Amino acid sequence: MCQPEWRRARVEAQRLADLARLRRVRDRIDREYAQPLNVEALARGVNMSAGHLSRQFRAAYGESPYAYLMTRRIERAAALLRRGDLSVTEVCFAVGCASLGTFTTRFTELVGMPPGAFRRRAADAQTSNAHRADTHGADTRRAGAREGDASADRADAARTAADADSAVTLEGMPACVAKQVTRPVRKREADVGEKPLA
Amino acid sequence: MDITIHTSALPHDDPDASLAFYRDVLGFEVRGDVGQGRMRWITVGPAGQPDTSLLLAPPAADPGITEDERRTITAMMAKGTYGWILLATRDLDATFEKVQAGDTEVVQEPTEQPYGIRDCAFRDPAGNLVRIQELR
Repeated sequence: MCQPEWRRARVEAQRLADLARLRRVRDRIDREYAQPLNVEALARGVNMSAGHLSRQFRAAYGESPYAYLMTRRIERAAALLRRGDLSVTEVCFAVGCASLGTFTTRFTELVGMPPGAFRRRAADAQTSNAHRADTHGADTRRAGAREGDASADRADAARTAADADSAVTLEGMPACVAKQVTRPVRKREADVGEKPLA
Repeated sequence: MDITIHTSALPHDDPDASLAFYRDVLGFEVRGDVGQGRMRWITVGPAGQPDTSLLLAPPAADPGITEDERRTITAMMAKGTYGWILLATRDLDATFEKVQAGDTEVVQEPTEQPYGIRDCAFRDPAGNLVRIQELR
């Protein structure tokens, strides 16, 4: 005896369990991006083949696990380069990339300029910000922001990640949201493969 | 105006699992628990802060939500792109150790962020992202 609604419920439960498995892969990428991860290792972790994982992950999140991993690494790399105390090669290895060539190519695709240029530009932006803050020292609001390193850094993140002209105002925004706003633009929007909301 | 943030809500898909996470792992007190089966509304909150609560609620309980929308919501919860909350603590490392020991899915170990904060992140049993920031 197998009523249709039981079958539907079973299919639905399986669908959600599969999605939760993909979530664990994505969380693992977020957690271990700096390790020498590859799609085979990720797939083994959830008992799937690499090809099946890639297809399912892309269907759920709009990009392959490899693309997601590289985006995660490039995001962190941009943050480290902005600090200015590490070389491009050091940053490349620090975020888990084994190949400087692949790192540079992907960085340029996502950020719009090579990592070396990004690092110089971030350093220039910091210098000119310091200059601007000095010349507008009477502006108490800016002076306040300068005292709190957090907001200064956040504003700086906005300035370098977005174009100077279209910079997003991040002041007062929870830091984890600021991170999403300053995240490099992905190639594709996620497409869950389902009907749009009615 | 004298407005406080009284309650915010996160969805659950297994009320007992979510209750166990917020009560036993995060150490929140339970302030209310109504309904039955999957339709349970559980109010929890940190001890010593009776004016701020977190409501663990069944997703898509609003009758105005269509079947397609419900499917979308449950899919987003499962893939981890639906609910999230930002908590804070003075001792991030001790909190991280305690939560991690509770067999919780870790999304991010304590990390110094370029925007000037230090935080870590977990999943709750329903797939909500629980980010914990260090107060300093």
